[in-house]
Amino acid sequence: MRSRVLFINLSSYEHWSEDFEVEEWLGGVGAGIRLLREHAGRAEPLSEGNAVVLSTGQFTPAYPMASKCVGMFRSPLTGTLGESHAGGRVATSIANAGYLAVVILGRAEEPVYVVVENDRVHFRDARAIWRVRDSIVVGRIIAKREGGAGVRSVLRIGAAGCSMVRYACVNTETYRHFGRLGMGAVFGSKNLKALVISGRGSFTPERLSCYRRIYREIFSRITSWKEAKKYYTLGTAANVQPLNEMRSLPSLNLRQTHLEGAENISGEAFAERVLGRRVACSHCPVACIHIGALRVPYGDEPYFYKTLMVGYDYELIYSLGSMLGIRSAGEVLRLINQVERLGMDAISAGVALAWATEALERRLVSRRETIEELKFGRVEGYIKATEHLASGANEFYRALGMGVEHASKIYGGEEFALSFGGNEMPGYCTGYGSYIGYLIGSRHSHLDAGGYELDQKLAKEGKELSPEELVDTLVRREVEKQLLSTLVVCFFARSIYTPELVATAFEPLGMEVSPGELMQIAERIYAEKQRYRGELGFSMDRLRVPERALKQEALGRSLSREYVERALRYFAERYL
Amino acid sequence: MMRLRAKDLDRCVGCQLCMYACSRRQGKIGTEHSGILAVSLSGFERGATVIFCRACERPPCAEVCPTGALVPRKGGGVRYAESRCMGCGNCVDACTLGAIFRRRDGKVSVCVHCGYCVSFCAHGVLEYSEAEA
Repeated sequence: MRSRVLFINLSSYEHWSEDFEVEEWLGGVGAGIRLLREHAGRAEPLSEGNAVVLSTGQFTPAYPMASKCVGMFRSPLTGTLGESHAGGRVATSIANAGYLAVVILGRAEEPVYVVVENDRVHFRDARAIWRVRDSIVVGRIIAKREGGAGVRSVLRIGAAGCSMVRYACVNTETYRHFGRLGMGAVFGSKNLKALVISGRGSFTPERLSCYRRIYREIFSRITSWKEAKKYYTLGTAANVQPLNEMRSLPSLNLRQTHLEGAENISGEAFAERVLGRRVACSHCPVACIHIGALRVPYGDEPYFYKTLMVGYDYELIYSLGSMLGIRSAGEVLRLINQVERLGMDAISAGVALAWATEALERRLVSRRETIEELKFGRVEGYIKATEHLASGANEFYRALGMGVEHASKIYGGEEFALSFGGNEMPGYCTGYGSYIGYLIGSRHSHLDAGGYELDQKLAKEGKELSPEELVDTLVRREVEKQLLSTLVVCFFARSIYTPELVATAFEPLGMEVSPGELMQIAERIYAEKQRYRGELGFSMDRLRVPERALKQEALGRSLSREYVERALRYFAERYL
Repeated sequence: MMRLRAKDLDRCVGCQLCMYACSRRQGKIGTEHSGILAVSLSGFERGATVIFCRACERPPCAEVCPTGALVPRKGGGVRYAESRCMGCGNCVDACTLGAIFRRRDGKVSVCVHCGYCVSFCAHGVLEYSEAEA
C-alpha cells in the first residue's frame, strides 16, 4: 500500500518523506484531514503556519475514475475547513511519483515554484513570473521549462492568488481546479506560484490475475454505463434546462429562479454552438471535460481574430451566466475565460458580482466603489470588474475579495448576500435539502451531501421530512461520500464503486477490508472533520441564512426560517 | 504479423487508459513500464495525442543497441529483451518519434505491438491490425 507522504517546507527549502497510517484513515479526505489537523493546527489561514495537503487514494492509479486529488487547508474564506477536489492529472502524478500525499508547509521568503520529480524536489526562483496575471500563461511558461510532459501536473495561481483574494483558486491542466474556499490565496500567502509534480510510477499488485480481472470488470461497467452518457454528451451543463423548467435555476442574484432566455445558455445550446472538444482526466474514459471554442474579433482591425478554448460546466454557467443575467453562450464563455485566467473560483466570483450589481442598483454603493457600470445582462462591465476584483483595485473590491458575507457587513445588503457558512452559494436552490446541506456540510458545498438531489427526489415522491429527519439524511449522505472521497473516486462513479465492489477491489492490492469496516472509516473521517472545524471556531451561531433564499419558493414549496433554525439546532445537538 | 496503429489520433481525449493497460500487461500498476504516452498537444486546448512505436521496417533504435536488447521484429518495430538492456539510452536518442521511454532503473519501456491497450481505448484512437507485407 502506498503510504509515503512528501513534506515540503518552503521556509527552510527542505523536504522529507514519512509514512502515514493508511489502515486507519486510508487516503483522500482521511489522510487529508489527519495531516492537516496535525500540521496546520489552529494557524491563521494566510499565516506561515497553515498547510496545504494534496492527497490521493489507494485506488490511484490502480483503477479508473479514482483520479481526484483532495486539497485540504484552513480556508481563508470561511476561517474553517478548506477542502477542494480537482481532477486532471494531479492525483495520478502524485501517486505515480510514489506518494500518497504531499504536504506544503511554511512560507518562502521570495516567490518560488516547486518541482517534484519522483524522489527529487527542486525549489525554483519564481520572481520573474510572480506578476504574470494569467494562470494559463504561467502554466505554459513552466510547462516549457520543465520535463515530464504527459506524466505531470502543473498547479498554479493567477493574479487573484497573488493578491490573496479569499476565493482564489489553483488551476491545474488549464481546465481543472481546486476551485472552492481559497487554496489559491494560501498558495499566494506562501509565495508559491506553482507546484509541478511529475512521476512515472510502478507498483506491483499482490495478486496480479485477480487485479486484472477486477480492473476489467470495473472498466466494462464504466464503459457500458448508461448514466455516463449524461456526463459525456452535454456534460454537467445538461442541468441548465431542467433546473430552469422546475424553477430552480438561481438567476439575477436569486431574485428569480427562472430565467427567460436560459435556453440560449443550456447544455444543448453550448453543445450546438460552441463545443470544440472534450478531454479527460487521467485514467478516466468518460471525458466529461467540455471545452468551448469561441472566436473573438479584435475591435481595432478587420479580419483579425483570436480563438479561445474555454472549459464550461453547469456551475460556471449558473454563476457567470444566469446569476448575472447573461443569456448568450459566447458571452458566458468570455467571462469564464476571464475568471479562469485571473485564477478565481468561478462560483464565488459570480455570486460576488451579482451581489455588487444589486448593491449598486439599490445605491448601497456607487460607481466610485464599483468603478464599472454593473448591470445584469451586460458582460463588458463584469469583464472589467473581475480585473479590479483580482487586483484588489480599491477598498470596495478588496472587501468583495474577502467574500460577499464580509462585503455586505460593511456596505449593507446582507439579506441578498448569497453565502452559506461564508462560502458563496452553489447553483442549486431546490429547497431545504440544498440550503441546510450548504450550512451543515463540512465544506459548505453542494457536494457534501448532494441536498439538491435529495430535494428533487423527495418532491418527486411527494414526501416531506421533518427538520430532524432531513438533517439525519443529509449527514448520512455526507458520511457515505467520505468513502468515495477517501478513495478519491469521482462522484460521477458513485453508482459503480459500491462498498461491496470497493472491498473486492482492495483484495488484489493486498488489503483486506469489509464493507462494514469501510463505512466505519467513513464515519471516523466525518467525525474528525467536525472535531477539526470545531477547533477552528466553527459554530452554528455564526451561520446565517440569506433572507433572499427563503423568499423564493423551491420546487413549489414556500420555505420557513423556523424549519431551518430547528434543523440547525438539531444538528448542533446531535452532531457537533 | 499484427501491429498497433493509430486509427484516428484526433479522437484522443488524453485519458491515458492505454498507458495504464500497457503497464498492467507487464504486471505493474502505474505508467513507468508503459511503452505508450498520451499527452496534450502543448496544452489541452489543442487536444491530445498518443506517442508509440510506429513499427519502422528498419528500426534505428535496434541499430544503435549495443547489446541486442532491441532486435527488429517481423512486420516492423522491435522485440525487447529487458535482461540484455544495459541502460545506455542510445535507443531513446535514436527514436525520431520519442517513443522509447526511460525508466528510473535505466532500462526502457517500448511498445512491442502486443495490442493489449486497444481494448481499453474507449474512443477509437487505436487499432490492432495485420501489418502490411
